[in-house]
Amino acid sequence: MDFLNPVINGFAVVLEPTNLLYCLIGVVIGMLIGVLPGLGPAATIAILLPLTYNVEPVTAIIMLAGIFYGAQYGGTITSVLLRLPGEASSVVTVFDGYQMARQGKAGTALGLASIGSFIGGTAAIIGLTFLAPIVAGFALDFGPPEYTALALLGILLVATISSGAKAKALIAAALGLLLATVGRDIFTGESRFTFGSLQLADGIDFVPIAMGIFGLGEILYNLEERHRAAKAPSKVANVWPSRGDLRQASGAIGRGSVLGFFLGILPGGGATIASMASYAMEKKRAKQPERFGKGAPEGVAGPETANNAAATSSFIPLLTLGIPANATMALMFGALLIQGVTPGPQLVEQNPELFWGVVNSMYIGNILLLIMSLPLVGIFVRILRVRAAILAPVTALITLLGAYTINNSMFDVTLVVVFGIIGYLMKKFGFEPGPLVLAFVLGELLESSMRRSLLVFGGDPLGFFGRPISATLLVVFVLVAVLPVIRTSIAKRKPPVAAPAARQDIKEKV
Amino acid sequence: MEPAGGSTTAASSGGTAPRASEDGQSEPVDELTPEQLAAQWEEEKPPAAGPLANMASSLVVLGVGIGAVVLSISMGLGTPSSPQPGLWPFVISCVMAALGLFQLILGRHNRDAEKFTRMSLAPLTGLVTLAAMVALMPLIGFEIPALVLCIIWMRFLGGETWRSTLLVSAIVVAAFYGIFVLALGTSIPHLF
Repeated sequence: MDFLNPVINGFAVVLEPTNLLYCLIGVVIGMLIGVLPGLGPAATIAILLPLTYNVEPVTAIIMLAGIFYGAQYGGTITSVLLRLPGEASSVVTVFDGYQMARQGKAGTALGLASIGSFIGGTAAIIGLTFLAPIVAGFALDFGPPEYTALALLGILLVATISSGAKAKALIAAALGLLLATVGRDIFTGESRFTFGSLQLADGIDFVPIAMGIFGLGEILYNLEERHRAAKAPSKVANVWPSRGDLRQASGAIGRGSVLGFFLGILPGGGATIASMASYAMEKKRAKQPERFGKGAPEGVAGPETANNAAATSSFIPLLTLGIPANATMALMFGALLIQGVTPGPQLVEQNPELFWGVVNSMYIGNILLLIMSLPLVGIFVRILRVRAAILAPVTALITLLGAYTINNSMFDVTLVVVFGIIGYLMKKFGFEPGPLVLAFVLGELLESSMRRSLLVFGGDPLGFFGRPISATLLVVFVLVAVLPVIRTSIAKRKPPVAAPAARQDIKEKV
Repeated sequence: MEPAGGSTTAASSGGTAPRASEDGQSEPVDELTPEQLAAQWEEEKPPAAGPLANMASSLVVLGVGIGAVVLSISMGLGTPSSPQPGLWPFVISCVMAALGLFQLILGRHNRDAEKFTRMSLAPLTGLVTLAAMVALMPLIGFEIPALVLCIIWMRFLGGETWRSTLLVSAIVVAAFYGIFVLALGTSIPHLF
């Protein structure tokens, strides 16, 4: 019963009216931006960070989490109806979802996706409930060397798994680490890279960087990309899948839940990879794989289940180790830091209301989303009529004015615009912005743990290999760093294998 | 549209993979297989930038890296057991410079950078309006710059009609005034 008490108390936290309201706001916003092609969940969360300053930490994270998993539901709608993935994690849903819609089964596809999302999400929350305290308990013994290794591995994995050139992603990560050093050195108190500016003396805040690179950078980039005009379909009939459809998809939903859960935990994993892996797995397992791409219900149910399960389980490394597994989680990390809460293994013990409040809010959020995406789907389809031309200046203004409200200073607004330019140029030149923000968030932790460990080891870097956990993590680090080089050199000798083109073409929308 | 900047699919360091099919456009739009659909998306993407752009971005990275190395050294390095403030930035900037050099030599033919086209004038215009707004906000408040920004973005960047532009811009600015000034009482510089 000792274990269950805080869990039940968490429900009391969620059921407070304020928290319920913010949960609802979060999932509605998530659903909306999921439906609208363009802004992804990370950009939205970045833009809305100033909103979280004036509320309790638990309320803030409940809302931001709602945006994240709400977007996974919303992204399905445009994939199925318009063949336009609203989110990167719904790209594979297009293949079978749109075919189902053409066969007059749009409602069935959406219904299956929502039910799958709900089951995947809920299964992942249950997994999170039991797994997270164990991981946190295990990580309580972690010292600076383990954190150094963990942070290094996290940054490397996020950089290598991102799309595009790995070297460029690593460069972005290095820039993020470098930006994190701006300001006063915590050990000696000396100023670094401040160029005599008083405003830089305390370092660069996380919020202007996130708002600029993710938010404004993405807005500017979208100005150019001009999304193909979406014609909103008039009506979606009968979203309730038949019993036969459900039976056909139930295996895919089950497998998608498990696969998504585990891919979400891995650093660098997350919703997009989970959905692609699930699609590949379903196609491989199917007795008639040729049905895929022609409206196979499993091809919708599996990926949609997996992306929701992954979105939920990617909270585990953040809330238990304090290591964000992907760019969106880096934003959550930043949001918690702003609130004076340091995510880490102590969180479950020291801050049970926050931990269990956030976890349990996801049950409520999933139920809300199920309600919104089955009976109310027609309303969200209508949102598609809002044109990007109108949305762009509104989001840009929200970003600028929101940035001002952080510290009531124009300096932050200027920073946002500067980082917006950097973010736009990075995307233009093929540098993923995700690793930069993630590395920036982890930069201080990484530097201080590394310097502390070196003090302990008397300056000998080999000391990291003298401790079992940090040694293992560093060995994995080296493997991850070296493996792609070996693989490409092997692949060059063999004749090229035609990979499914879809996997390379999907750009992680942040 | 540009002829997609040649058809080299050179993947020197984990870049693009060979595309499954290039004939997506000859098919009727609704009958595409996933592979053809992906190929069609690939074609609709902005054209890839040439080696020159890749070189330029690598040089910028290299420059920033070397600059940071120099600054770090001037901060003092110390030893691993008693580090000076510059040691950690020194390590990162060395990694950055090395990656920049690697990218300069091996990443020239990557196709992940996008060419600047006439479409790029839109973000440039957007940027100018944003910068103007930042400059003008402290002087004349946010309302007029925000209205101008809305009008430019909707009419000229978004191709809305004048009627809907003016109507929506006015509503948007009024809404922001209501939220940020009246409801939240923030100290955003405002004229009225």
